[in-house]
Amino acid sequence: MIEIRNVAKSYGKVRVVDDVTLTIARGGLTSLVGPNGAGKSTLLSIAARLIPADTGTVSVDGLDVARTPSDQLARRLAILRQDNHVTARLNVRDLVAFGRYPHSKGRPTAEDRTHVERALAYMDLDGLADRFLDELSGGQRQRAFIAMTLCQETDYLLLDEPLNNLDIRHGVELMKLLRRAATELGKTVVLVLHDVNFASSYSDRIIAMRSGRVVLAGTPDEVMTPDNLSDVFGCRFDVHTIAGKRIATYFS
Amino acid sequence: MKLWLALAILATAVLAAVSLFVGVSDVSLSALLAGTASPQAQLVLVASRVPRTVALILAGSGMAVCGTLMQMIMRNRFVDPSTAGTVEAARFGMLMVLIFAPGLPLVAKMLVAAAFALAGTFILLLILKQVPLRTPVLVPLIGIMLGAVINAALLFIAYRYDLTQSVLAWTMGDFSTVLRGRYEILWVAFALTIAAYVAADQFTVAGLGESFATNLGLNYRRAMALGLTLVAMVTASVVVTVGVALFLGLIVPNLVSLIAGDNLRRTLPWTAVGGAALLLACDLVGRLIIPPYEIPVGTVLGVIGPIAFLFLVLRRGARVA
Ligand SMILES: Nc1ncnc2c1ncn2[C@@H]1O[C@H](COP(=O)(O)OP(=O)(O)O)[C@@H](O)[C@H]1O
Ligand SMILES: [Mg+2]
Repeated sequence: MIEIRNVAKSYGKVRVVDDVTLTIARGGLTSLVGPNGAGKSTLLSIAARLIPADTGTVSVDGLDVARTPSDQLARRLAILRQDNHVTARLNVRDLVAFGRYPHSKGRPTAEDRTHVERALAYMDLDGLADRFLDELSGGQRQRAFIAMTLCQETDYLLLDEPLNNLDIRHGVELMKLLRRAATELGKTVVLVLHDVNFASSYSDRIIAMRSGRVVLAGTPDEVMTPDNLSDVFGCRFDVHTIAGKRIATYFS
Repeated sequence: MKLWLALAILATAVLAAVSLFVGVSDVSLSALLAGTASPQAQLVLVASRVPRTVALILAGSGMAVCGTLMQMIMRNRFVDPSTAGTVEAARFGMLMVLIFAPGLPLVAKMLVAAAFALAGTFILLLILKQVPLRTPVLVPLIGIMLGAVINAALLFIAYRYDLTQSVLAWTMGDFSTVLRGRYEILWVAFALTIAAYVAADQFTVAGLGESFATNLGLNYRRAMALGLTLVAMVTASVVVTVGVALFLGLIVPNLVSLIAGDNLRRTLPWTAVGGAALLLACDLVGRLIIPPYEIPVGTVLGVIGPIAFLFLVLRRGARVA
């Protein structure tokens, strides 16, 4: 369980996360949605101890993330941020293998190698495994980063806009994979998504943020209404039910 | 890969062997083996040629590995101890020792120089925090300026204390004066280079940036501190014994990175061997070009270095764009 209690964060005078209290239960897929600048990335990074909160606490399975030794957390929780600029020149397999660092500390065992090959296969990277990161397209690089995060094999997986740069096929495959990880392996997956329809189709729960606050939280059916969505995003939505899923259109 | 590395080590060993037998005084291998070498030749070999060759290997590998560490930690291809003010700061420390505690043993001198080197690096990091960096080339530019400022202070103080001669003597890598009893501190640099290899994965992870490193459970700040301390100490050992050859810490790491990437566990041996080989080769060139005179290895690298560096900048630039 991830418990976020009264977390606030300001940059200068701007409160980008404003007293957020939120509980994310163990197991299941939660999507965080909201307009640009709502504070989603900041909140996710605070939850994963990458950014310190000004006030408030976050605990994962009862461990305060600000106090728990980082390497202990790294075996429990993995995060991939939204923008990743890696200047180090690694090939894809080596990068993914560093996902095992919390477990192997750089001395990979045969088991670690199995995890690496599996993560490569999940992200359809077999053919690219020996390429350097700077020789990949943006979407291929994003898949490599996701594979690295998957390879960490943590109970909690936090991904900030993982669908960035992915083509439709790889996007859908990733969502299906995460869905299976949540259902079959009991993983707790938290995603920031900009596409509400992806959120609606694959999540157990959707949390909507605006101006640093959580404004809505509920099942896709509860959250995906025209009024809710236009309230969060500030534009007009129509919501349809297609094949049992709530699908929003926003072109009218 | 292992085979290639073995070959590279072999090639470096050949260079080292040549280095033992090249010079003004005649030392011939056959005479040595036959036991007919003159006592004078034996003395030249033991007191001068062996120390010089060993110093070249230790300093070359150490400085190249330092370059890699700095580049990974600062996430910038164009920094090394000579473009980050580290070398100048170490020299400044040496000057302070010369003025205030000239009787210190060499190890203590080295430690003081290392402390100053670390402080210099730290000042650079503080400056970089204040400057919005639009291009990677700005980092070494600021580093070089910081080095120039430290150097100006150094020269001013040295002038005041009438120590200009000694200061100028450490300015460039020069191995012609390496003698038994004066280079052994480089073994400390070697031990630290090995330590860097032991901790290689930490530096690779740190090179992914703070977010990735923290996510993987690495204490980023501690890894940075460890790496920069190693760099400062190796640099200081080289500064107090032979002087730092410019560009070595840029060319070799960049070349290795272009060819083999940055997984330091795999590439650091290459960097070390490459650094040793390049320095040995440049020293040989310096000795062979206008005998019986010698051109210091620092000067030779000073000619090759900028050209190679420019080439690398262009290659890297093409890749980034
Ligand atoms: N390092 C920073 N310095 C200053 N402002 C920041 C910083 N990071 C984020 N912000 C601001 O905080 C707000 C929330 O950002 P973010 O959490 O990235 O939003 P989201 O991910 O929901 O789009 C934005 O207005 C952004 O400009
Ligand atoms: Mg964001």
